[in-house]
Amino acid sequence: MTGIGHLSPPLGAAPTNAPADSSSVGAAGALDVSVKRVREEQFHQLLHSRTFLFGSLILLWWVVCAIFGTSFVPYNATATNILNTNLAPSVGHWFGTNDVGNDVFSRVIVGARDILEIAPLATLLGTALGTTIGLAQGYLGGAFDMIVGRIVDAFLSLPTVIVAFIFVVAVGPSTATLVLVIGFVFSLIIARTVRTAVLQERELDYIAAARLRGESVLHMMFVEILPNVLGPIIVEFTVRLGYAIFTIATLSFLGFGVQLPTPDWGADVASNYPYLAAGYWWETLFPALAIASLVIAINLIGDALEAVLIQ
Amino acid sequence: MLVYLLKRVGLALITLVLLSVIIFFAGQVLPGNAGRAILGPFASQQAVLRLDHKLGVDRPLIVQYWSWVTGIVRGNLGTSYQFQAPVSSFLFPALGRSLKLAAFAFVIVVPLSILGGVIAALNRGRFVDRFISTTSLSLSTVPEFVSGVVLIVLLAIDLKVLPVTGNAPPGSPFLTQLKYLILPAIPLVFVLFGYIARMARAGTIESLDSDYVRTATLKGLPRRVVIRRHVLRNSLLPTITVIATQTGYLIGGLVVVERLFTYPGIGTLIITAAYDKDFPMLEAGVLFIGIVYLTATLIADVLYTVLNPRIRLGKAE
Amino acid sequence: MTLATSSGLPTTVEEPSTTLDVSHLDVTYRVRDNDRLALRDVSFSIGRQESFGLVGESGCGKSTTALAITCYLPRNGRVSGGSITVNGQDPATMDRRDLRKFRARTVSMVYQEPGRALNPSLRVGRQVAEVYEIAGESKHEAMARAEELLRTVQIADPGRVLRCYPHQLSGGMLQRVMIAMALASQPSLLILDEPTTALDATVEAEVLDLVSSLRQQLSTSVLFISHNLAVIAKMCDRVGVMYAGEIVEQGPAREVFDNPRHPYTVGLLRCVPRGGQRKDHGRLDTIPGFLPGPGEVQVGCIFAKRCALAKERCREETPPMYEVSASRTSRCHFQEQAPDLPRATPEDVQLRSPDSAPEPLIRLRGLSKTFHVGREHVRAVVGVDLDLKAGETLGLVGESGSGKTTIARVLLGLSEPDKGSSIELEGSPLAPECTQRDRKQLQAMQIVFQNPDSALNRRHSVRHIITRSLKKLAGFSGERCEQRLVEVVHSVRMEERHLPLRPYQLSGGLKQRVAIARAFAGAPRVLVCDEPTSALDVSVQAAILNLLADLQSREGVTYVFISHDLGVVRYLSDSIAVLYLGRVMQYGPAETVFSGPHHPYTESLLSAVPSLDGTRRERIRLQGEIPSAAHSPSGCVFHTRCPRRLENGLCESSEPALVEVEPGHMMRCHIPVDELRRLQTTEDAGR
Repeated sequence: MTGIGHLSPPLGAAPTNAPADSSSVGAAGALDVSVKRVREEQFHQLLHSRTFLFGSLILLWWVVCAIFGTSFVPYNATATNILNTNLAPSVGHWFGTNDVGNDVFSRVIVGARDILEIAPLATLLGTALGTTIGLAQGYLGGAFDMIVGRIVDAFLSLPTVIVAFIFVVAVGPSTATLVLVIGFVFSLIIARTVRTAVLQERELDYIAAARLRGESVLHMMFVEILPNVLGPIIVEFTVRLGYAIFTIATLSFLGFGVQLPTPDWGADVASNYPYLAAGYWWETLFPALAIASLVIAINLIGDALEAVLIQ
Repeated sequence: MLVYLLKRVGLALITLVLLSVIIFFAGQVLPGNAGRAILGPFASQQAVLRLDHKLGVDRPLIVQYWSWVTGIVRGNLGTSYQFQAPVSSFLFPALGRSLKLAAFAFVIVVPLSILGGVIAALNRGRFVDRFISTTSLSLSTVPEFVSGVVLIVLLAIDLKVLPVTGNAPPGSPFLTQLKYLILPAIPLVFVLFGYIARMARAGTIESLDSDYVRTATLKGLPRRVVIRRHVLRNSLLPTITVIATQTGYLIGGLVVVERLFTYPGIGTLIITAAYDKDFPMLEAGVLFIGIVYLTATLIADVLYTVLNPRIRLGKAE
Repeated sequence: MTLATSSGLPTTVEEPSTTLDVSHLDVTYRVRDNDRLALRDVSFSIGRQESFGLVGESGCGKSTTALAITCYLPRNGRVSGGSITVNGQDPATMDRRDLRKFRARTVSMVYQEPGRALNPSLRVGRQVAEVYEIAGESKHEAMARAEELLRTVQIADPGRVLRCYPHQLSGGMLQRVMIAMALASQPSLLILDEPTTALDATVEAEVLDLVSSLRQQLSTSVLFISHNLAVIAKMCDRVGVMYAGEIVEQGPAREVFDNPRHPYTVGLLRCVPRGGQRKDHGRLDTIPGFLPGPGEVQVGCIFAKRCALAKERCREETPPMYEVSASRTSRCHFQEQAPDLPRATPEDVQLRSPDSAPEPLIRLRGLSKTFHVGREHVRAVVGVDLDLKAGETLGLVGESGSGKTTIARVLLGLSEPDKGSSIELEGSPLAPECTQRDRKQLQAMQIVFQNPDSALNRRHSVRHIITRSLKKLAGFSGERCEQRLVEVVHSVRMEERHLPLRPYQLSGGLKQRVAIARAFAGAPRVLVCDEPTSALDVSVQAAILNLLADLQSREGVTYVFISHDLGVVRYLSDSIAVLYLGRVMQYGPAETVFSGPHHPYTESLLSAVPSLDGTRRERIRLQGEIPSAAHSPSGCVFHTRCPRRLENGLCESSEPALVEVEPGHMMRCHIPVDELRRLQTTEDAGR
């Protein structure tokens, strides 16, 4: 009866008046749910979220491929066979073969390994470093914040892919380089997000109360503020993970990532792309779809996490 | 307000200088000796030293940096190793072509994504909203070369609807040029759509939930008017900033898309420079990419300041 | 203020006798797949030109009622029973077009925060003119009407106001604009939802006066919603007291407040500090227990659990609305016994009187703080001299911009004062920043903040919060620490089972107790209480105030009690300093400041605050807004609004010094204190 004629009004319970009183007050005045139960509830919500389940399934599949792939693929992913080049998908080769006779299916399965090695490492590095930088920037402020801020701005005025690629050009492609460079750029991006969150927390009274106890700077940053900005950090982590995969695949495509003959989706797309005009679509399409599936899976997981954590 | 703008321009310039230092460091310092890098491990030390001297890389770093920077300001971007010709003669035309493609993608994506975001917000929670939100976000995380490849397979090869390369034959009429640009632009559109739509959606929802929309509705204003006059004005303001930051992704995507569609823009230029270790070209190209991005964010900042009355005017009373 | 109707035809519909009729209204919210009843069986009506007040604490459902009337419930809310009739029409049955017309012509609403209720991107004029545009005027005409409208609500220079954006105007000004806008369409019913809660006392008085006068001119019915009993008593003819979604008592306002007939109303009235009540003498009573959870009480009286008069019947039989008299009703089986509700706390308590140490514990001399915002110098505190004697409570009173919070922050070392300021603790100077003070000094001074939500770390458990204080400030550890933790928790009347909880699981009152426990953990000498009860409900406030008084007596702590609420300050304070624009205007023992002679500002402040007893003391109305601290007036900073400003221009040209006019009583005014006393008593007598 209230649905007619009005604009989507605010979602949620009734607005409370100036003397705010928290609504989760049971008869005892306090105990509605313990913290443990809140966590359980969140977990429960996650498990029932279709996006989370779907994304996790796909991710799990690729993780299995990355770890165990070499043991169950029908062919050696790097084995060449000049007699069987550019064969269309068939019973013998589910995804066909490429221009040097590699079985595309095997390459797709094993190709998960490198990317799933580098991406999480880079993201972890980026998150840890970025959180520390962001905390310091946000809490300490002043000159430190300004200088670091300008450096961050400078690096971020270039797309991640390009920053990564000039450093790879300079130093040469290797797993370590990729992890370090991508991790470094991500740390700057995450530092920005963390800094904003910290700036908001800094104004709250519990920070003043902690200062009045004579707490040290490290305590303020890591014991007082960090737990309160953890939510956005976790969400950032999943988003960045997706981006890491995006970046590594792109770099490989451009020729600056994982090098052939190591199976890699991006590199495979790049090397087999010239054969598209000749009609050999399978060698390019399947690796491309593999990338898409992984990236979308991580995205779905991140979305579900965000819905549950940011409440 | 003028003071604020001047401060912003100053900041942008500082960032630009820092960027140039970073690029210089990556280009000149990290790879080690340029002469050796070009001539390879088997060339004689003498030949390497001679080349070094010719290239000017045996001078102290500061001097090299200074001459590079001052050169750029005067329009001299250095000499390309691979072409033995001024970098600027290649860079500016390539930049122009890239900007053409970027502008085309931009013109398509901005209205589309804002529309999508607003529609999603107005139908919050319903199927339309979930559909737009999920698909747009999923598409935006797919690398451009992936979506590009799929599109090529579908549209250019299977259905033969659009051309595979992005560059129309020289002298083609404007519309034909556009036809060639469509396919390369689509992956860019996909990537950008998600974030802009999400921002527009969030801004619109925040507006819809606000007190002032409540006031407007309870005044008895028709819904269309409330949305047009009260909601959109406030929800679209933060979207401007997002659009500016998206230029970063746009440019990153350009590099990939140009390679895929063999489009002779600045992306292709940089990649070939990287393969051939043509550092002057590489450094100048990357620097200009940074300049484009910083300019875009500066413009966005200015727009935001001008359109937001809270910043434009202080507390008057 | 007439509005031309679009058709120009006279209305021939028969006018019903009541404007608003709410009958057995139920409203349900759907939260996480559960239905929660927010309003149960609410019935009341408002006659023509009548003013009806809905009063209650947070969560009682008064705002929900307003939203239901205007059909603006949130998406998860719906009217699940009963009906609403306004001027004979039921808004719930209307289609889109009729609902719009209904909102435009019949009902208008004014909300709590005027700054947020206006579109920040549009000029104020545009938004006011909209009201006329809806009625069919052209843009140009609508703007002209808007200007005329502002003039009728006594806004000088309406043209300028119309050209401003909302952020450029003060809260009081914005609220006047909102009220004007609401009345422009000459609605039959005007709903005011906490319209003055966010405003300063002197501004609030003006706005309420405006509402009263407009109401008389336009003969509109008014529904006034507030948690402030005194304001309702002043503004309303009849009142409905709400508790947990039900109306528990209804009747003429004066009668209900003088002679309440429901235990909740009785309890509520006893929680409000009135003149003459002090922390040891005529103590505030409290209402034991907590609000029931949603759906907790299915059968029986909703208040039974907290009622000292409750009997078996109350728990088994849901009471209907009984008639107390022809015009009064009460939802209580035993409403005649209600006035005899036994007290939850004793009326008089023995409190330790402050040690009469000759030397002040804290001495502030020449305290100043200037903020530099852009090119402006905001002088928040100017040359404040104050002494704090051990064991006593110093009340700091003032409106926004008075500098009271800044003084607290500077005292604690959270903000650095200007050069030349001196803060001494027991004779030795304190470093300006808290990071420079040693542990003993930090231990000596602590604070309880206004907002318990931001004062506690959301991710820390109660145990962690208090233990940290014990360890860092008091140096406890191990077994001894655990013992002390339990002691402290009990002293604020909480239990061990609260220890593992996080702040978001606690009510506002409990959170504030944790904050108090944390502050006391270090056994401080001085506790600054910065509006500690402003964010709490009245019944919770009473409990916290009594707790603070008891703790002070036990631990011998000195309080600096900051508040804008005069009643609360008077209840708790031994001496009071009245602040205006960063200067102390009057300082003395609490009773002296309240009984007179008063500084003209104190006088105006006391005049502005409505009293529950209805004792009319409202002679003085200050004009205009509180000046900004960035451009403070010359001479005496109060001269621009002072009703007793001298004719000879002395007040404009020179700032009076703070002088001792009687032993222990300081005043900053050019008018001699005897003259003030004479003027104020004759005016009193002349009534």
